[in-house]
Amino acid sequence: MSARIESTSDLGVLGTLREGLRLSPAIRRGFGVTLALAVVATLGRLVVPFTVQQATDRGLVGGVDIDLVVRMCGIAAGVLLVTSVASAWVNVRLFSATEAGLAQLRIRAFRHVHDLSVLTQNTERRGSLVSRVTSDVDTISMFVQWGGIMLILSTLQILGATVAMLFYSWQLTLVVWVVLAPMMVLAPRIQRMLNGAYGEVRARVGAMLAAISEAVVGAQTIRAYGSGQRVLRRIHTAIREHRDAGVRAQTLASAAFATGVLLAGTALAAVITVGTFLGLAGQISVGGLLAFIFLVQLFTGPVQAATEVLNEMQNAIAGWRRVISVVHTPVDIADPAEPRDLGPRGPASIALEHVHFAYPGGPPVLTDVTLDVPAGCRVAIVGETGSGKTTLARLVTRFADPVRGTVRINGVDVREAALEDLRERVVVVPQEGFLFTGTIASNVAYGRHPHPRERVEQAFAELGLLDWLATLPEGMDTDVGQRGESLSAGERQLVAIVRAYLANADVLVLDEATSAVDPATESRINRALTGLTEGRTSIAIAHRLSTAEAADMVVVVDAGRVVEVGSHAELVAAGGRYARLHASWVVQSG
Amino acid sequence: MYALPGGAVRRSLLLIGRGIRSEPRTFALAIGSSAVWGAAFVGVGWLLGRLTDTVVVPALTGGADSDVGTGDVLRAGLLLLALAVLTAVSVAGRRIWAGMAALDVQAGHRRRVTEQYLRLPMSWHRAHPTGQLLSNANSDAESAGYVFVPLPFALGVVVMIIGAAAAMLAADVVLGLIGVTVLPLVLAVNAVYRRWMTPAVTRVQAERAAVSDVAHESFEAATVVKSLGTETLEEERFAEATHRLRRANVTVGKVRSVFDPVIDLLPALATLAVLVVGAHRVASGDIATGDVVTASYLLTILTFPVRAIGFVLGDLPRSLVGHERVARVVDARGYLEPGRLPLQGGGGLHLEVEHVELGVGRGRDRRRLLDDVNLVVAPGRTLAVVGSTGAGKSTLVDVLMRLTDPDDGVVRYDGVDVRALSDEARTGAAALVAQQAFVFEDTVRANITLAEPSESPITDEQVWDALRLARADDFVRALPDGLDTVVGERGTSLSGGQRQRIAIARALVRRPRLLVLDDATSAVDPEVEQAILANLRRQECTVVVVAYRTATIALADRVLHLEAGRVVDVGAHEELLARDPGYARIVTAYARDRAERDERDADRGGVAR
Ligand SMILES: Nc1ncnc2c1ncn2[C@@H]1O[C@H](COP(=O)(O)OP(=O)(O)OP(=O)(O)O)[C@@H](O)[C@H]1O
Ligand SMILES: Nc1ncnc2c1ncn2[C@@H]1O[C@H](COP(=O)(O)OP(=O)(O)OP(=O)(O)O)[C@@H](O)[C@H]1O
Ligand SMILES: [Mg+2]
Ligand SMILES: [Mg+2]
Repeated sequence: MSARIESTSDLGVLGTLREGLRLSPAIRRGFGVTLALAVVATLGRLVVPFTVQQATDRGLVGGVDIDLVVRMCGIAAGVLLVTSVASAWVNVRLFSATEAGLAQLRIRAFRHVHDLSVLTQNTERRGSLVSRVTSDVDTISMFVQWGGIMLILSTLQILGATVAMLFYSWQLTLVVWVVLAPMMVLAPRIQRMLNGAYGEVRARVGAMLAAISEAVVGAQTIRAYGSGQRVLRRIHTAIREHRDAGVRAQTLASAAFATGVLLAGTALAAVITVGTFLGLAGQISVGGLLAFIFLVQLFTGPVQAATEVLNEMQNAIAGWRRVISVVHTPVDIADPAEPRDLGPRGPASIALEHVHFAYPGGPPVLTDVTLDVPAGCRVAIVGETGSGKTTLARLVTRFADPVRGTVRINGVDVREAALEDLRERVVVVPQEGFLFTGTIASNVAYGRHPHPRERVEQAFAELGLLDWLATLPEGMDTDVGQRGESLSAGERQLVAIVRAYLANADVLVLDEATSAVDPATESRINRALTGLTEGRTSIAIAHRLSTAEAADMVVVVDAGRVVEVGSHAELVAAGGRYARLHASWVVQSG
Repeated sequence: MYALPGGAVRRSLLLIGRGIRSEPRTFALAIGSSAVWGAAFVGVGWLLGRLTDTVVVPALTGGADSDVGTGDVLRAGLLLLALAVLTAVSVAGRRIWAGMAALDVQAGHRRRVTEQYLRLPMSWHRAHPTGQLLSNANSDAESAGYVFVPLPFALGVVVMIIGAAAAMLAADVVLGLIGVTVLPLVLAVNAVYRRWMTPAVTRVQAERAAVSDVAHESFEAATVVKSLGTETLEEERFAEATHRLRRANVTVGKVRSVFDPVIDLLPALATLAVLVVGAHRVASGDIATGDVVTASYLLTILTFPVRAIGFVLGDLPRSLVGHERVARVVDARGYLEPGRLPLQGGGGLHLEVEHVELGVGRGRDRRRLLDDVNLVVAPGRTLAVVGSTGAGKSTLVDVLMRLTDPDDGVVRYDGVDVRALSDEARTGAAALVAQQAFVFEDTVRANITLAEPSESPITDEQVWDALRLARADDFVRALPDGLDTVVGERGTSLSGGQRQRIAIARALVRRPRLLVLDDATSAVDPEVEQAILANLRRQECTVVVVAYRTATIALADRVLHLEAGRVVDVGAHEELLARDPGYARIVTAYARDRAERDERDADRGGVAR
């Protein structure tokens, strides 16, 4: 059973934070200094109210003392400038550290997607995977930039204010805490709800991008069938669902914040009322009460800020969980602990021993396949559509592991070989080719060891494709467009073949690699490949039996079983499955 | 035009104006709540002062003989509580509606952008990476709506500014002026900020799109990446894009890091200035001490709206850039505008192509993909199009189906220019099986009907008929849920030939009058292919088929040989074989190979014997 990429990880809040920080160590870089600067910047906020009060009391009321006022304001301005610089500096430091951390996270998740097996990759839609390394990470940035530090500062402020309040009146302090108690009780509940709401928003973003991606990639089909309205309806539904999820999350967050505001206001009202009664009972002085009222505001401010940060944190957690769930998806095609060497370079032998395979949750696709391919042999695999040829190729290249049985290369179980080594030796041209945006040359040069231009040119010459290049406006430098779509389908396959050819592997697997190429060109390429891959093992899967006619060995697959093996001549003479297939081929190809 | 004209200020105002006009009710509610909040906030300050003076102080200093009773104290508390409720409710209202308004604006952008994706022609799509388009619909649309989150706050508290400024000026003109100067200063600082910020956010949004692009391309290419073992190369490519984004983000962060403290600094410095100037004016006897206290208190009130305006100004550049990127998509043109004419009649369609020219590129780089192509297919007849790789067959097919309009010349269905036909008429008459079968992540049924089950005019029986014709019935029956099986994205859970047969069934189920097959059986084995072709023969539609194999060509009444975008020859298969060497080279390649090989084997056999 292969692993799935889950929509979101099920780590708890703290677990998510811890794992998030572990994956982005750069976030914590220099945090101590940043925090110290932030304390300075926060204290700076008190400068103006303090100066106003002092200057008014000492320099204005009861006799004007201009000098004193000017001096105090001068000092205050100086302090203000310093704290402004401090707070700008804090911001810059936070931005640099968090961006560095998030870049680490993005790259980590991206890489992990490529390390997953093909089957695992296919459990999630491409558009949605893109959202995991783009907008889900962006969601985290708001919180990590401000959230962490705000939370610490707020806590410090709350503690400081509490101590000061206790100094004036323990009764009133108790009143304040009692009034705010409901919030402490409600907070975890609200946080859980928010958590769900934001998780929903993230999932909706993924769904929306997946819907758009499908519409863009399938634009030709959609247009040809005039089914744009239906596709658009679906996309608009996805957009609406995302919007609705967003509104729900925001409503919840706003309600939570407003509750904080309400309780803060209530605390103030309660302090004035209770404080006056306490005063009447001689428990507190006027000055004390007035000071306490000022302190209450210093206390409720950070409480509100902290709720805001916690709300934002749930949003970040939702994004984090989606990224973490990618990073935590187990790699089911992994390197062995102690890889075995695949032997010396050069033509390799391939052996399948009683191999069984089924896709997760599906019926058996390959049943008891046993096959021996000697080194240097050119094998053609033929058979009905859906009989399991591509699947067979996937096992040889270890894109998937058999459910039962063993695949060996040079006698070594592929599960015991290092993937790096295996990919170096076995190269496949998949049935669904793909070109990157760029030029023909850049696509051909693409590989583990980028090839110099001369080598690329030489490869075209060796495969007899110079004539074709000459028909293109800029030859090798012709732009291939998105997914190679500015080339014709056959041309795309040519590029893919040259690319694989240059990889210079010991085993070359061609899965319908020339299905869209015209017969004359195909025949030319096949001939060139035959000469050039002399001494390499090659496996060609093809419906055009011309390939089988030229092969050393033909393998006929039917409904997941190997039903015939032999040379073309032998199988034709045997008059079995292959002979029938070949007869209809001869009729077709004239 | 969706793009905003004019300079930065005009564009900003237009952006805000359009946004508000698109959701007037929500914005009105948000701004209204914000104004109520402003009033309640000032009210709390004012009430606190008054209660202190009239209740708290007299009660505590007057002792037992003060005339402040228990009722007064409780009333004071209740008044404050009422204001607290009002503040909380208005905060909630403002946030909820502001958030909703911003989300609605964003959803509006997204709808417009995606509508465009479906309307714009293939040539446009070829020039725009999918990852970028995802970014336009996601991050750019989001940025374009960003400014609307703080906007209602800022607009609502403008009341506070007016009130505070008026009160300040009333207290003392000179002190009032100092206070009011804060506003133009904020705008001046913003002008500088904008100059730095705009290029920085433009970079960020472009880099964001680039990251999304690399990710999308790389994930689409996952199989190729694995087969060549280039995971590390891809990681490097992505890391490079990510670090460019990181640097751009840090630049934006730096600008913002400086801007926010400066905006906070302005009212603070103004307060100090008021104190200093106020002290002089008190000394010279122009004003009373109380006026200075009032003015400095009013300035602290002003801090809030100034901050709110700072938020809006801070977010504006990013929103403008986002909007501009969205507008680039929305303003793109070159649609293939449908006409209005319907198509009457049944049976095969009469297809005519007259003098079609199509090129790509400009000037010296211009390349003709189709050059003076003419062809006629009579109703019910079959035309085979043959040509070497890259000859222009698929391009011709695109023109036949009106997926692309030619630069010159016309395509006619039953004598009517396809450009004059309505979309329904065109797609109802002609069906294409493209060279690369595209399968949606949906049920098998929906992949064939391309409609929701509830509103599809096509019955399951018809679907099964089409599947039978495409020789796809057996494998669909074997799928776990039959027609209801959901196939993976891009059809990953099917084999290549299975996908192709689904695509054929999709075309056949519509009983088209013109069927265009672009190398549609390349992934199907020879036996099945023959069966499908035999089935096709029994259809009474006009067929254009791109093919290489003689069996397929033999089905055709006539063959068109296309090379380098030009028609080399048209005629029956045998005629072309005889007089067109290029054609013979393509269609007899397999037979030639076979003959050669047989000869060689015979030689070798001879030697061995
Ligand atoms: N990822 C997948 N998940 C589930 N089933 C799959 C998957 N890929 C292939 N299958 C099924 O496994 C069977 C064998 O598929 P495979 O692609 O190996 O066929 P094939 O012989 O290569 O056919 P073709 O000639 O059409 O390419 C098919 O029935 C197919 O539907
Ligand atoms: N958008 C484009 N921009 C530039 N060149 C293009 C574009 N589309 C196609 N071409 C070029 O036009 C030529 C014809 O392409 P087309 O896809 O029509 O070929 P084809 O005959 O269908 O080939 P195949 O048999 O390989 O499918 C090719 O050389 C291709 O590179
Ligand atoms: Mg296959
Ligand atoms: Mg083509």
